[in-house]
Amino acid sequence: MAKSITQEFVKGLWAEIPPFRLVLGLCPVLAVTKTVENGIGMGLATTFVLVCSNILVSMLRSVIPPKIRIACFIIIIATFVTVVELLMQAFTYPLFLKLGIFIPLIVVNCIVLGRAEAFAFKNSVVPSTADGFGIGVGFTLSLAAIGLVRELIGTGALFGVSIFGAGYQPFAFMVEAPGAFICLGLMLCIMNLVGNK
Amino acid sequence: MRDLISMVLVLTVLSAFSGGILASVKQSTSEKIEFQQLKFEKAPAIKMILTGCTNDPMIDRFKLKDGDQEISFFVGKVDGKVTGLAFETFGKGFEGKIGLMVGVNIDTMCLIGGGVTTQSETPGVGSKAKTDPKFVAQFENLPVAKGAFKVKPDGGGIDALSGATITSRGVCIAATDAVNIYNRLEDQLKEKLKAYSK
Repeated sequence: MAKSITQEFVKGLWAEIPPFRLVLGLCPVLAVTKTVENGIGMGLATTFVLVCSNILVSMLRSVIPPKIRIACFIIIIATFVTVVELLMQAFTYPLFLKLGIFIPLIVVNCIVLGRAEAFAFKNSVVPSTADGFGIGVGFTLSLAAIGLVRELIGTGALFGVSIFGAGYQPFAFMVEAPGAFICLGLMLCIMNLVGNK
Repeated sequence: MRDLISMVLVLTVLSAFSGGILASVKQSTSEKIEFQQLKFEKAPAIKMILTGCTNDPMIDRFKLKDGDQEISFFVGKVDGKVTGLAFETFGKGFEGKIGLMVGVNIDTMCLIGGGVTTQSETPGVGSKAKTDPKFVAQFENLPVAKGAFKVKPDGGGIDALSGATITSRGVCIAATDAVNIYNRLEDQLKEKLKAYSK
């Protein structure tokens, strides 16, 4: 059971990478990955919340009565989400405008609550930090990967810079909602193909 | 019983603690957030309204109290002479409030036009109030003294956006509000503007 800190971190990158392996937190995955930039921004905001809430939950795990643990988790998570929301408004306002409602909705992202319940409440601070950080980075990478595919195919550009040149006819379907489902499905399929060998 | 007390205690302390954190973060970021909103939401509308002005309306701004609300006014100058004044008012739209930046030409006492700043109207229908410049352009050159603006179905002179009467009405309310505010504060505004006309 006792895994090293590196193992706790690394599992978030492949073995338990949130959208693909755990298939959790799909709402932001599908909604904000129109561009790589949005994906990374959303991922980093979620990572911040994950790490902070994991640290606090594991620190308070002997104090919190088990009967009301979910309520306590939600208070902790909601606090950090609001902090992120305010910080994004203060420093990265254009990104905040693009992500819009999905920033406050990190509160109900089941990855964050899931890690608090399944990991941080049962482990000490250091492994919990590593776990939150690993899952967060994994989530960010997944969002960036989906965003990369969708932006590249859907608009022919990356970070707003044209890659395929003016002759490319954008396949706009990919930046629409149905394209997100298909993109996620295909990437899941490829990951399972590679992973099951 | 002990269980109950500890539950109440933990929740209370936790809520108070997070409330404290949020209050301090909110306080320390509020100034920055206001600046960011100015820069990214209001500045484009103001630039559009006060075209050709040679100063930066973002810097030449002042606040005046109208009743219990405080309004920011942005001053547009051409070669040191005040020509226009822009400020924001709100009307109720289909999905919450619509912000309208309105410009007043100081010489002719007419509206210079406007620009929708914040809105959450139906995309493609009501949102045209922001994206279709023809709609707000209808307010251009209407005299401030005239008072109320209404959409045509309500007996006014403004063409409503097709399928978005409520949105159009909201914008009209905001514009009406703007001229009312201007008329109410005219003396104070003129006093303030003297300081800028140098």
